[in-house]
Amino acid sequence: MSATPLLDVRDLVMHFPVKSRGIVARTVGHVKAVDGVSFTLQAGQALGLVGESGSGKTTTGRLITRLQKPTSGQILFEGQDIAKSSPRQLKPLRREIQMIFQDPYTSLNPRQTVGEIVGAPLAIHKLVPRDKRLGRVQELLEIVGLNPEHYNRYPHEFSGGQRQRIGIARALTLQPKVLVADEPVSALDVSIQAQVINLMQDLQREFNIAFLFIAHDLAIVRHFCPEIAVMYLGKIVEKAPREELYAAPKHPYTKALLSAVPDVEQARIGGRRERIRLTGDVPSPINPPSGCHFRTRCWKAQDVCATTEPLLQKVGAGADEAACHFPEP
Amino acid sequence: MIAFAIRRILVGIAMLLAMVLVVFVLFFAAGNPARDVCGKFCTPDKLKQITQVYGYDQPLTYQFGQFMKGLVIGRDFPVDDKYRAQLEKTHPELVIHCDAPCLGYSQHDSMTVNAEIAKYYPITIQLAIFSFLLWIVFGILFGVLAAVFKGRWLDRIVVGVTLVVYALPTFFVGTFLLQYISIRWKLFPYPRYVSIADGGPIAWITSLFLPALTLALFYMAGYVRITRAFVLESMSEDYIRTAKAKGLPMRVVLFKHGLRAALTPLLSMAGLDFAALLAGAVITESVFNYQGLGLLAVTANKNSDLPILIGLVITAGAAVIVMNIIVDLLYAYVDPRVRLR
Amino acid sequence: MTRPFLSVENLVVHFPTPDGIVRATDGLSYSLERGQTLGIVGESGSGKSVSSSAILGLHRGTSARVSGQIWLDGVDLLQLSDEEMRKRRGHDVAMIFQDPLSSLHPYYRVGDQIGEAYRAHHNVSKRAARIRTIEMLARVGIPQPDRRVDDYPHQFSGGMRQRVMIAMALINDPTLLIADEPTTALDVTVQAQILDLLQDLQREFQTALIMITHDLGVIAEVADDVLVMYAGRAVEHGSGRDLLTKPSMPYTWGLIQSIPDVSGPVDKPLRPIPGSPPSLVNPPKGCAFFPRCPYAKLVDGTGDRCANEMPELLPITPGHLKRCHLEDPEVMYEDAPELEVAR
Repeated sequence: MSATPLLDVRDLVMHFPVKSRGIVARTVGHVKAVDGVSFTLQAGQALGLVGESGSGKTTTGRLITRLQKPTSGQILFEGQDIAKSSPRQLKPLRREIQMIFQDPYTSLNPRQTVGEIVGAPLAIHKLVPRDKRLGRVQELLEIVGLNPEHYNRYPHEFSGGQRQRIGIARALTLQPKVLVADEPVSALDVSIQAQVINLMQDLQREFNIAFLFIAHDLAIVRHFCPEIAVMYLGKIVEKAPREELYAAPKHPYTKALLSAVPDVEQARIGGRRERIRLTGDVPSPINPPSGCHFRTRCWKAQDVCATTEPLLQKVGAGADEAACHFPEP
Repeated sequence: MIAFAIRRILVGIAMLLAMVLVVFVLFFAAGNPARDVCGKFCTPDKLKQITQVYGYDQPLTYQFGQFMKGLVIGRDFPVDDKYRAQLEKTHPELVIHCDAPCLGYSQHDSMTVNAEIAKYYPITIQLAIFSFLLWIVFGILFGVLAAVFKGRWLDRIVVGVTLVVYALPTFFVGTFLLQYISIRWKLFPYPRYVSIADGGPIAWITSLFLPALTLALFYMAGYVRITRAFVLESMSEDYIRTAKAKGLPMRVVLFKHGLRAALTPLLSMAGLDFAALLAGAVITESVFNYQGLGLLAVTANKNSDLPILIGLVITAGAAVIVMNIIVDLLYAYVDPRVRLR
Repeated sequence: MTRPFLSVENLVVHFPTPDGIVRATDGLSYSLERGQTLGIVGESGSGKSVSSSAILGLHRGTSARVSGQIWLDGVDLLQLSDEEMRKRRGHDVAMIFQDPLSSLHPYYRVGDQIGEAYRAHHNVSKRAARIRTIEMLARVGIPQPDRRVDDYPHQFSGGMRQRVMIAMALINDPTLLIADEPTTALDVTVQAQILDLLQDLQREFQTALIMITHDLGVIAEVADDVLVMYAGRAVEHGSGRDLLTKPSMPYTWGLIQSIPDVSGPVDKPLRPIPGSPPSLVNPPKGCAFFPRCPYAKLVDGTGDRCANEMPELLPITPGHLKRCHLEDPEVMYEDAPELEVAR
């Protein structure tokens, strides 16, 4: 029934080696940043990837854009596996998959003008003859809501929100099919965040771009993405359409996460959601707990949780998938 | 920490070996060493004798092997076996046994390079240490003052003066100190080196002061600027705000928190600059005619005394590598983030 | 009339810069009692951090010009000498900051830094300070405090580091604690832990707490009283409930509309506030929010009053003040009926 997904990620794994501190540096372990992640992304859709620090969501984003080469797994873009492709093979693919970065203050080269930043992809991929490039750059600046006459200005002359728009313009230059947005608004003021979010939604609709939206802010993800995957210690623990996820989370971690978010809406109405307290810190990704990674902080943990790793599977009647032996009803 | 140190030292030894190889290639592979050593007034006989003594006609790998052997266990000169055997019988006193680490033999001066360096080294090292102390103490002091009074007249004066001093070449400063401060205006006794054993500590320090100052002024100017910059940067860090918010007195905030963070990169830079001085200060020693390694280098160059030059280059390189290791270890000791990785 | 425990009156902080005078705070007033929490909401350039730093006297010795009165327990902090203020800083009033990694000195052990805060105000031996430090570390929930006291800041996780900062701030039992965006850099679950910790400690020690944040949700949970700041001034002041259910100033209303939520209607559109915060150098006369305000014309038909006359901070109902010319805030609510604001 569903068409071939635009992006099909299967069992993606990224293990970073840890070197010992002896005289000769040997690899003594691995940081299991991404430990078997699978999901699909349809054309024009938005999938949210949510998690806290150490969850592996940022690494996943970097693997999809092939800024890093995965240890194992498959990344099928339009049916073609790009997980192990060489830089040469990847070059045409860079046009299809682009990334928006978190910090608008450090992700733009301060020595290049805005026109150069936005126009660089055109030059690299030789898509547009030199005399036509300025026109295209100005078009893009206008699309993201900036004054096209400002192409000669430098990044420091713009505000944070405007700089993020420049980053988005740059990502759009090659008309990608997939945009990986890594915490695109976290570094911005609250009143500006909404502007940029709205911009991204407009662009998504107009150009039919698929988004992988990586964030830790559950409220923003809920607004932007119809489908959301929750990550914990390198694994996806729950994946569901947004209505189901927020109304009735099935995985204990999702439940705890949602209950920890300060809720403006609840405060206005006067209610207060019951808060689940998670004790302690996230365990180290070098030695994650056996079986279910979440069991050390889970109030439902039983013996089976330590011996058998729960697989991500459908729970209940809806489309919700959770990796838990004792999912919430 | 120990593992870090051992690793660092092993790397240092490897670097030393690599450096020796590079020096060797530079001096021996490119030119005609025998010709160079022979000098301006060269005769075929002299050329032949030099070749026999130094073995310059041997294949390069053999020469390098001999050199390394000299460094590790010692070697004998003349290199040519037949010639040496012959000399042993007729003029045994002309056969040189050079102990490890043998850096070479200067026929011109009839001394091993090691002996020459040992003779000239004391002045160089005393000058290096004295000027180092001068520039560090006053450089940091004025740098801190300039940072604390940033924007005010003290800062402006310090920054302006250091810029001028930094721009003055060493020979100018040295000559000025010698000609004017000492000779014409008689503000200071004429600098003539007196060792501590001969004249006692006061005379010794006095004799070293002017050349040490010549060397120090240039670095001092630089370090004032750098200290100022590091302290300003360090004082704008968030942890300084925390220190103030704790109610610590400004003195503690400045020195314990601010300067401490600035000192680390500062001292590692200073270590490397100091290493450069250990090779000898050519210009300063020449101006004041102090018999240090710098003067040795100038003389050796005039006499085309290749072995001494090679020995000096290797000594200088070794000093830099060793200082590098020391600085790295110091840095790891001081900054816990480096060693507790 | 006895003053409240903390009373900030007409606080003005100006910074001379080459581009002109930056009016970071221009006439800020509020008060706070012991055991109460005041939330200050604002974005960058609102003056929230600058005004709070003034309470600690952190602007002394800089080029900043501070005027007004800051009364703490009967003493005007701005009239104290530098040394008298230093004695109170870290002892009577303490502050914790946003990024605990950069706020702790990387070269010194955590125990030394905390002990230093204690010994700056009490004449005790290093050993006594260490014992007290370990006590505080345990109190803020750091496991194995006797071992971790000798660790360096980078050896702690983000949440643990913030607990260290809290231990350091509270070690002298200050009567006033200012928390400047304490949880912004932390994960959501850790944020919840830290907020709980702060509230526990406040209850135990009856500390007055000023919580500065841009997160309305945090404010809603934690604050008894809320101050919304914009361009260096308070623009709305009231209880958390008042502000969220009856926002009376277009900026507050704009914030509520532009923030997505984890519950409530999914299709609630995000209505961003157009434009950006004003420059604090040479602020225009009239209301600072005027260029971004969609309701200026409703005041007098032309919007001239808002453009030329700075509104006063006046009460609508007792305890709820706004700085706005718009008489009836309810006209704003028609723009977003789905938010079901109370009428």
